[in-house]
Amino acid sequence: MSNRSNEPLLWLLFSAGGSVSAMLMPVHLFLFALAFPLGWLDPPSNETLLALIRPPVVRVYLFVFCFLSLFHGAHRFRFTLYDGLQIKHLNALINVLCYGGAAVGTVTAAYLLWRIP
Amino acid sequence: MINPTEYLPRSYHRRMSTYWWLARWSYLTFILREASSVFVGWTVLLTLVQIWAVTHGPSANAAFHEWMRHPLMLGVNVIAFLFVLFHAVTWFSLTPKAMVIRVKGQRVPDWAISGPNYAAWVLVSLGVAWIVLRG
Repeated sequence: MSNRSNEPLLWLLFSAGGSVSAMLMPVHLFLFALAFPLGWLDPPSNETLLALIRPPVVRVYLFVFCFLSLFHGAHRFRFTLYDGLQIKHLNALINVLCYGGAAVGTVTAAYLLWRIP
Repeated sequence: MINPTEYLPRSYHRRMSTYWWLARWSYLTFILREASSVFVGWTVLLTLVQIWAVTHGPSANAAFHEWMRHPLMLGVNVIAFLFVLFHAVTWFSLTPKAMVIRVKGQRVPDWAISGPNYAAWVLVSLGVAWIVLRG
């Protein structure tokens, strides 16, 4: 049985995801969650958006965006519960829910991006 | 196998209040930064729903757009945007602490590391906006 810890990998994902989400999330959220719904900017048509996300390079971009951000968020949320709310007796359950949730999200992202016609 | 530390006396930990992070401004900003993780997850969720809507045709996309215009969604998204912004700013200002670079034995000043990060952030944001809005 290996005694090697997963922690370095998780910290690596945390760090990579932190950079990706810091670089990209504000502009994504600003456009799609504020500017378009509030009518500050004209939203692209469905056809335009579909053409935008169809190229493989954009699918890879969106996959990396989702995958790394999810593992960043999961890792940070785990420590929010651990340090912030001091829920330490439920460690195993919290780890499963955080990283499991991130894994489910990642697989969903891969599936949705794969299925783009 | 017996855990060798199982029968050793445990070190004494004084129980902290669950709300310790309300005691000081710096503690509160720490926990707010940590809480940004929830909104990072939320943003990914929105992205996934939107990808689903776009691939399911104009009516699904219109329904998604309508849902995003709901006051409750706008409220949540304003908060999410502020948290994500806070995450970005704190992340870039922390980079020099995580990445110590020395040139000729001298530590490169913090601004020389965080500055290019902020500049890249602005350029990348403009690039994404240009690609989306170009139509």
